[in-house]
Amino acid sequence: MIETSWLLIAFPAFGALVLLAGGRRTDAWGHWLGCATVIASFVYGLILFLSSDGSTQDTTVFSWIPVSDLQVEFGLRIDALSLAFVLLITGVGSLIHIYATGYMADDPGRRRFFGYFNLFVAAMLILVLGNGFVTLYLGWEGVGLASYLLIGWYQNKPAAATAAKKAFVMNRVGDVGLALAIFLMWSHIGSTQYSEVFAGIGQVDQNVVLAIGLLLLLGACGKSGQFPLQAWLPDAMEGPTPVSALIHAATMVTAGVYLVARSSPIYNANPDAQLAVALVGAFTLLLGAIIGCAYDDIKKVLAYSTVSQIGYMMLAVGLGPFGYALGIMHLLTHGFFKAGLFLGAGSVSHGMHGELDIRRMGGLWRKMPITFVTFGLGYLALIGFPFTAGYFSKDAIIAAAFGQEGWRGWVFGGAALLGAGITAFYMTRLVLMTFFGKARWQELKTADGKEYHPHESPPVMTVPMILLAVGSVGAGAFLALGDTLAEWLTPSVGALQESHGGVIGHSLVPFLVVGISAVGVLLAWLFVGRKDVPVERPQQVSAVVRAARADLYGNALNEALFARPGIWLSRALVFVDNRGVDGLVNGLAALLGGSSGRLRRLQTGFVRSYALTMLIGGFALVGALLMVRFG
Amino acid sequence: MDLAQGGPATALGVPSIDVAAVLPLLIVFTAGAVGVLLEAVLPRNQRWPAQVALSLTSVVGAGVALAVYVTGDFESTTTFRAEEASSGALAVDTPALFLWGTLLVLGLLALLLIADRSVEPGGAFVSKAALRGGAAGGTDTLTKEQTFTGMQTEVFPLTLFALGGMMTFCAANDLLTMFIALEVLSLPLYLMCGLARRRRLISQEAAVKYFLLGAFASAFFLYGLGLLYGYAGSVKLADIAVAAQGTDRSDTLLFAGLGLLAIGLLFKGSVGPFHTWTPDVYQGAPTPVTAFMAACTKVAAFGGLLRVLTVSFESTSWEWRSVLSVVAVVSMAIGAILGLTQRDVKRMIAYSSIAHAGFLVVGAMALTEDGLSATLFYLLAYGFTTLAAFGVVSLVRDSSGEATDLSAWAGLAKRSPLVAATFTVLLLALAGIPLTSGFVGKFAVFEAALSDGMAPLVVIALVASAIAAFYYLRVVVLMYFSEPAPDGPAVTVPGVFTTTAIAVGTIATLVLGIVPTFALDWASAGGFVF
Repeated sequence: MIETSWLLIAFPAFGALVLLAGGRRTDAWGHWLGCATVIASFVYGLILFLSSDGSTQDTTVFSWIPVSDLQVEFGLRIDALSLAFVLLITGVGSLIHIYATGYMADDPGRRRFFGYFNLFVAAMLILVLGNGFVTLYLGWEGVGLASYLLIGWYQNKPAAATAAKKAFVMNRVGDVGLALAIFLMWSHIGSTQYSEVFAGIGQVDQNVVLAIGLLLLLGACGKSGQFPLQAWLPDAMEGPTPVSALIHAATMVTAGVYLVARSSPIYNANPDAQLAVALVGAFTLLLGAIIGCAYDDIKKVLAYSTVSQIGYMMLAVGLGPFGYALGIMHLLTHGFFKAGLFLGAGSVSHGMHGELDIRRMGGLWRKMPITFVTFGLGYLALIGFPFTAGYFSKDAIIAAAFGQEGWRGWVFGGAALLGAGITAFYMTRLVLMTFFGKARWQELKTADGKEYHPHESPPVMTVPMILLAVGSVGAGAFLALGDTLAEWLTPSVGALQESHGGVIGHSLVPFLVVGISAVGVLLAWLFVGRKDVPVERPQQVSAVVRAARADLYGNALNEALFARPGIWLSRALVFVDNRGVDGLVNGLAALLGGSSGRLRRLQTGFVRSYALTMLIGGFALVGALLMVRFG
Repeated sequence: MDLAQGGPATALGVPSIDVAAVLPLLIVFTAGAVGVLLEAVLPRNQRWPAQVALSLTSVVGAGVALAVYVTGDFESTTTFRAEEASSGALAVDTPALFLWGTLLVLGLLALLLIADRSVEPGGAFVSKAALRGGAAGGTDTLTKEQTFTGMQTEVFPLTLFALGGMMTFCAANDLLTMFIALEVLSLPLYLMCGLARRRRLISQEAAVKYFLLGAFASAFFLYGLGLLYGYAGSVKLADIAVAAQGTDRSDTLLFAGLGLLAIGLLFKGSVGPFHTWTPDVYQGAPTPVTAFMAACTKVAAFGGLLRVLTVSFESTSWEWRSVLSVVAVVSMAIGAILGLTQRDVKRMIAYSSIAHAGFLVVGAMALTEDGLSATLFYLLAYGFTTLAAFGVVSLVRDSSGEATDLSAWAGLAKRSPLVAATFTVLLLALAGIPLTSGFVGKFAVFEAALSDGMAPLVVIALVASAIAAFYYLRVVVLMYFSEPAPDGPAVTVPGVFTTTAIAVGTIATLVLGIVPTFALDWASAGGFVF
């Protein structure tokens, strides 16, 4: 079984190859092939999962970069962690592929879309299955490429093109960190394979371990939209909704969490690096939640919610052995409910002629009952309604955060708890403004002057939504009760440790969370639910709201930190290049061209002068030889 | 045949000949002779197919004979021995065999270009050599006789004779054999240059120029031969080496002889300052002949130069190396700088070949195993590239024949992306860009020169290749980023012969650039024997 595990990657890679190289010939059936390859991978992954006991098994597919000391093999690692990801990626991926056959039905480029989608799945599987950091990097860049192509799908829309470029550039910043970390491993440990790196990390100087840990964190921040590289993720919602659901909610953006969990031996070896991960997570979860309150675009709210929820996961994996399994668990449950929410959002906008502004919606629950119910279940899971998925996974993280000693317990636990309250607020606001209240769309026209006719989506879209909703409700209990997931993951990330003590006891935390969430819901109802929502965005708002609407100045920060110095540097270099280098080069070229022109006159076309040239050359040659000998 | 102690004529016996070793040579020469007979006995309309079949078969057959000999249990040896004790007139050693293989493959591709009748109706060759063109310059409309679709099929036996001469030349073990081989390879080439169907005047002018200057260079060679015979008392390369290590005769004879001999060799290799014929002849000759000359003559000339320098003059390398270094620099500089202002694509490649000759001299001067194998590889790689490049040149045509003026090539990529892409690959190889054979060749040559203590020369060579890269890339830019001229030339769709030649040359350029190891191994299989 293990030897043929490369088939997992080969199916979607084959699909991408056929769809992208096959051209229009494959238009008719291309989307079905795209679904079939992912489903095949899912089935194969399921068989692998059932036959596996979760222990770590490495298999070498081929020798990839054999260069003297640098021996990189292309190998796969089948273990508990990678299998959990495989099932998430191919399972949720299959559902979203099927959904997309309906969502993209009117798009002339649907076949190409599925080609990119398959490419993404193949790259994501390489990322999680690779048994070394270089293989991971290959997948890392592959998903970045697929993400870039899909964010910019509506390429004639300037906003989409800009968003794609922004995502690409900001991801590069993180990728540089990951690449540098790999270089450091190579120079200090002499290998980039997981087995050798993790075995050798103990002998490495602590400062180097810290550097590796922070650089990996930079990579994780770029891919997972964590502070300070979070600004690209909301813009990435310019892509089609299935893309947002699969890539920018359920799978790719969680790659950073995977990276930290996978590198757990490195972070375990250096508590400072671990602390940095937790701090980034705690800060980002608040940042994302606060900004999420200020947006009126249904997908942007969900995007900032994703930023915030990944913050929770980062916080969890930053807690070390207390949190690795919890982070992964939240990642899996989040994969279900956030994908479901995005598909719901897509269904809403599908029925509302592409409208995304929730101020123009309202009262939609009558028009789209299935969407409403599935979206509602996802909403309950996200805010942690008791016994839904989010209740188990998020509460566990908050409890583990409060389980830390001293200031850490207060800071991490407090941030996570406050975040839960704000989450309840913005999600309730979203649901109220979309599905309840006055049907504001009745008095409005679409951008091209038609009336809105909200309607339920076709079954090909609603069935995946229903399945994901079932997962949103049930996945948490399935994974958490009896520590099923934690025990399953033990071979990969170590046993889950229960903290004893901490600043607030375990038994108290669920009540606190439910309580503060209830406050959040209540506040949302007070602000939004009981009065009419203005169709236009109010401009007279407080400073806090203004800051949240400006993404808490995340873009301004990036602009000041990275963009401006970069522009100054390139301007300075252009100046030097124009005045110094070009001057030299142009002068040289003029000199050579001039001498060429003068020398050309010697080529007269007359045989006599050619013979004379030869004769002079001959005299010089013989004379020189004799001079060297006798001179 | 040791002339110094030459006894009475009766003492001359039948030389012993290793027929298996020289079989490729015999096949090519015999086919040439049969080709002449075919000209005499066959009616006109049957000559072209018969000649094409004969020459292609014979070159392939020679290649097979060579392959059989090489894959067998062969030893490097000399043959055509007059007597058992001394060495023979031909050295069939590993470098000679490599060069023979190179010449046969390149010769085959050149024959394909020569035989092509699809690009120019009736072929690139005139139907009667005595035909004159119209106005001076000859960019004329064709006269009635020129449009006659027959072609001067003597070009095939001439090619075979030239090819045989080249093969003999790089295996010649004494200077007299070398001189005869030089004439055997040169005389057919002079004739072939004058056979162009279009632009008759330029073509005939090229033939006459090449002939006059070639005779001049041969005279130098012969004079050098005489002086060396006077010095060593023998024309055998090995005897000259022995004499150079200890004799009471004046060294003036030795070095003057070497200098004069070198002029003859450098002339054939179009090394500056003995290059003056090159641009005019390359431009005037029919393009398939130019391709043949550019690829094969260079192989032969440098094969001979390598052998002479290594076998006869290794002990005096300290003296001549500085002088030949100057020659190499002059050649590289002329090729690189003069190429910048050329506006005719054939002349541009001619100057490129002068620059490449300079690089080859650098490799030939490194008298190490690495130097030998690097130079041999370079010759092979350059031959493929330049042949294919001239093949592409023959495709871009307007109403008056080939459109060799560079302005006509503007925007070619928009009309014929495949032709433009092929030519781009070839130009990149000539410039020595990685992943092409040109890079590997240059790298090997420079590395050998560097390890043999010629660092300053290598630096100059690098500068020269950087300058030369400019004019190659200028053509690429012209093809891809310029707007095509409204009445620009059309790209002819070539027939199977030309297509094969261009494809093989281009693919070889890439293969030798990506996986050069096998060819480098062949080239370094062994040294000269004498």
